[in-house]
Amino acid sequence: MSDLLIFSVLFATFAVLSGATAGGPHGSELFDLSFVLTETMLLLVSSVTFGMAMLALHAGQKSKVLAWMAVTFLFGAGFIGMEIYEFHHLIAEGAGPQRSAYLSAFFTLVGTHGLHVTSGLIWMAVMMHMISRHGLDPIVRRRMACLSLFWHFLDLVWICVFTFVYLMGAL
Amino acid sequence: MAQHSSTAEGHDSHSGHGSVKSYVVGFVLCIVLTAMSFGVVMTGTLTGFAAVSAIVVLCVLQLLVQLVFFLHMGTSPEQRENLSSFVFTVLIIAIIVGGSAWVLHNMNANMMPM
Repeated sequence: MSDLLIFSVLFATFAVLSGATAGGPHGSELFDLSFVLTETMLLLVSSVTFGMAMLALHAGQKSKVLAWMAVTFLFGAGFIGMEIYEFHHLIAEGAGPQRSAYLSAFFTLVGTHGLHVTSGLIWMAVMMHMISRHGLDPIVRRRMACLSLFWHFLDLVWICVFTFVYLMGAL
Repeated sequence: MAQHSSTAEGHDSHSGHGSVKSYVVGFVLCIVLTAMSFGVVMTGTLTGFAAVSAIVVLCVLQLLVQLVFFLHMGTSPEQRENLSSFVFTVLIIAIIVGGSAWVLHNMNANMMPM
């Protein structure tokens, strides 16, 4: 749960710095909520499809596991693609992390979550290779259980991100 | 739901892996809660403190829904250990986040105006 502590500290930092815009733009001027809603849905769907992969894993259906993981991977990649687009857009508007303490905290928090999702995607690709190579042996099962925990955890963190960063920022 | 037969084949810490039904129920609940919290802000039905408390409550509800339906956390005997370590983690997080916000808010308020 060390990851939880990283995120809680980043949330605390964000909470402290959320007023420190140094005359720069605040969240309500920057965020497009329907865009964030789409991102949220992509991640939520990927969480459920990964659950389906885990159910197939426990039922021992290898090809189903691979299919559900591929679907999960696509949704996760879609989420990351949207986030990269959003970051690029913000930086192009002059609202990059160097603009104010608020934006530094924003980029650190959301960027750390994005990096975690990216590493989750890499992990998923590795597991898909392992499953196709070795089948559903006990080692694969154990690692899939860990990945499942990690992936659902990232969705939990995202719930807090959209609530405290985007929705509160827009209020 | 309790798949005790599968414990024989030496598998991981999870007992009770849920079912398609529990994932679908969790998914629908999450969509409803997400839509509600975005709805509160995007339509502007609530403002100020009411809106903040509404989205925080919805956030906590959705966290609980995901913990129960996706991470299969519960009060069954084999889950109790996970549950207690989770509650401990929540306590630590509350101290870190609440404490930092409190301390730094006070510091900020007590700073000499520049």
